[in-house]
Amino acid sequence: MGEKKKKIIKTIKVDVDKCNGCRACEVICSAFHAEPKYSSNNPARARVRVIRHPLRDIYIPVYAGEYAPAECMGRDQYTIEGKEYEECAFCRASCPSRDAFKEPDSGLPLKCDMCESDPELDEPMCVQWCLNDALIYETREEEVEEDAVAQQEEVEIGLEALAGKYGLQNVMDAVARMSKKD
Amino acid sequence: MRYGETGFNLEIDLSRGNIERVENDPVDTELYLGGLGTNAKIMWDRVPPEVDAFSPDNLLIFSAGLLCGTPAVGCNRTIVTTISPQTKLLAFSMMGGFWAPELKYAGYDKVIIRGRSPSLVYLYINNDKVEIRDATHLQGKGSNETTDLLRQEVKDSNAQVAAIGLAGENRVFFASIEQGRSSASRAGIGAVMGDKGLKAIVVRGTRDINVARPAEFHGLCSEVLQYIKKREDNPIPGVMPILAGLGSPQEMKIHDEKWHTESFMWGNSRVRRKDFWTEEVASEWTQTLENTRTRLISCYNCPMKCGGTISIPGLPTYMMKCFSKLTYTMAAFSDLDFGLKIAQRATEYGVDGFSTPQVMAFALELHENGILTDDDFPEMPSDSEGRFYYLLDKIVRREGIGDVLANGTYWAAQEIGKGAEEYAHNNIKKIEQLPLKLSMLNPIYFLMYCTGEKINITQIEGQFPQMPFPKREQREEFVKDWIQVPDDRFKQYFLDWELRGDNSMPFYPTVEMCCDIVDWQEKMHYIDDALGMCAGLSSFPLKPPYHIHNYPKFISSGAGIDMDEDKLTQAAKRYRTLIRAINVRRGMRREDEKPPEDHWKKRFPELEKDLLDTYYKFKGWNEQGIPTKESLEELSLDYVSEDFRKRGILTGNGDTPAADTPAKEEKE
Repeated sequence: MGEKKKKIIKTIKVDVDKCNGCRACEVICSAFHAEPKYSSNNPARARVRVIRHPLRDIYIPVYAGEYAPAECMGRDQYTIEGKEYEECAFCRASCPSRDAFKEPDSGLPLKCDMCESDPELDEPMCVQWCLNDALIYETREEEVEEDAVAQQEEVEIGLEALAGKYGLQNVMDAVARMSKKD
Repeated sequence: MRYGETGFNLEIDLSRGNIERVENDPVDTELYLGGLGTNAKIMWDRVPPEVDAFSPDNLLIFSAGLLCGTPAVGCNRTIVTTISPQTKLLAFSMMGGFWAPELKYAGYDKVIIRGRSPSLVYLYINNDKVEIRDATHLQGKGSNETTDLLRQEVKDSNAQVAAIGLAGENRVFFASIEQGRSSASRAGIGAVMGDKGLKAIVVRGTRDINVARPAEFHGLCSEVLQYIKKREDNPIPGVMPILAGLGSPQEMKIHDEKWHTESFMWGNSRVRRKDFWTEEVASEWTQTLENTRTRLISCYNCPMKCGGTISIPGLPTYMMKCFSKLTYTMAAFSDLDFGLKIAQRATEYGVDGFSTPQVMAFALELHENGILTDDDFPEMPSDSEGRFYYLLDKIVRREGIGDVLANGTYWAAQEIGKGAEEYAHNNIKKIEQLPLKLSMLNPIYFLMYCTGEKINITQIEGQFPQMPFPKREQREEFVKDWIQVPDDRFKQYFLDWELRGDNSMPFYPTVEMCCDIVDWQEKMHYIDDALGMCAGLSSFPLKPPYHIHNYPKFISSGAGIDMDEDKLTQAAKRYRTLIRAINVRRGMRREDEKPPEDHWKKRFPELEKDLLDTYYKFKGWNEQGIPTKESLEELSLDYVSEDFRKRGILTGNGDTPAADTPAKEEKE
């Protein structure tokens, strides 16, 4: 049996019906993550984007998620209540198929960090600046089972796959290099 | 490093197809702030009074405000400045929306357009890439249509587009520049854009805008946001709902139109319908709006929802702002359903929602009274709604009588003659005004109507309640948290202001108090127009989040310009005076500064003379409304004083104007 661990799950609930399309979330996100803090403003650096098509009444705040080095093999396009959303509209990935969620200068991927900072904020900045409550911050505590045995198995499966692809020697070299860095 | 602004303008010569990126002077920013202020300086320097609206030498300036692109809440306005074909004076219409911040992020404070393109073009700005591109395929397209097509063409749904419709292309004197949910509509700046052969400006930017003292600036923005929240939760008691909160009057949100429909005039600003707002009308109009308004929408970085997306079955969707909701309805004696439908077409054509319905109602009045005849309106439908659609098309296409009407009621009346002038009765400085006809003179409004150079009452009024509150306790309650006043004496003016008796209108507020109040009201609008702030969060509503006490801090910490209340007041006075100087140089004089003859039934000629005399003096202007040598020099506008002397507008040894003003000669 693994031991039980408490984990805080942070969620931003997005109510697209309440979004008024003002992009304040983008504005304050880029300011908050500027270095030094609040020194510069540029929504292209924001980790949240409002996908807007005003004449089609489409406003979706989407948060930057994982970096994807390659495009998906297929794309999806949703139609909800008669509104046709653009390809990949709800996807959080910073990926080669689009400009969103990349630093405009370097092209490096951006990712929402829930405004992690010290001292911790009560709510991420985008939520604080959304007076229309399209963005609501919620946290909950979950107990997760950390099963050491299962984890070990997963690591082995992963390594086997890498060894199959790159050869065992290469994987061993990589692990050796990584352990030296630490 | 420049803060708040980018430090660069784009200079576009459409005649030669030349594009330049030019560094602008930070000293000018300090003197004239930005936005309207620096626009005025450029217009003074580069557009002499001999240049007509439709001359290639006229400039069309699109400027972001000084603080656009920073997180200052609601700071998103584009100030468009040019010479108006309608007034022949300076036009400085503005629009909210998303365009100005995008321009800043592209790396520019202003786009300055001169010349005239031989064929229809659009300007594409994408950071450093700036191109003049062919737009012949967009000829005749609607403003929203154009925006859609251009976003597809540049493959960027985040590009912001300011475009003209057919009205601008055909140089209709009240053509607007449309930008999604906003437009710069007054005084025919869309016609100037059309004259230049410029269909649209597409802008996209991904650069940084820096602020000078980040933590302090962020603190100020957060305070504003908190204040907005508080203010929205606590509407001001005792005033009508559309004025109780912040933002533009909440026309898209609120259904109760009793005040507008019963106090404002219908038709050609003629008929008051005192018992119009019945339960039946209320429920019908509520249903109309509920069925067509899909969402309340905002401008860039603003929590207010002053606009609405309107989707009418069978018609393309469009976005509406504010009072154009009712202008067509009331001019045509129709209902809201008609008003929302025709506004869709008018938005695509790109016309001003104040002037256009009045021009059409004016034409129909001339027809009714035999000054225009059936021959002038071939195949015109018989119903009022049909006639409005008919006239709108004729005007925008400049066909037949539409070609005459497309110049606005003033110029149309001049051309038609036969007493038509009497019907162009609701103008100030040749521009159609809100359809208001009231009983007794309001001295504060008298001064605003006379001297406002944006020539639209909503662009000068604000902050100070329109009417006294009936009970002293209510007034005491109101002034308790009135932090926006420049000085406590304004609270006293209001506390002592009664509906009846000695301290009532027109003799109270006193002449001196009126000058003080109007000066404050106007000053706040001018500051907004330099910073790019929406009047809806500042100069227009009661108790706004931005005011003379926190603005200097925003400018200091945002733009890095050392600022205090006195310096800000002086700067605003400087470019306000410069705008007057531009108009004076174009012939504007005291005789042009008057409300429509029939605006009030009960007039007080002596008081009115006293008001204007005193206000002119208060502003540092002589009895013709011309800034004096002393006041110009005090504002470091010596170059204006020198120019006035050379032109004989001011005499060399003093500030007395020549008896025969150039304006008069021109008119005779």
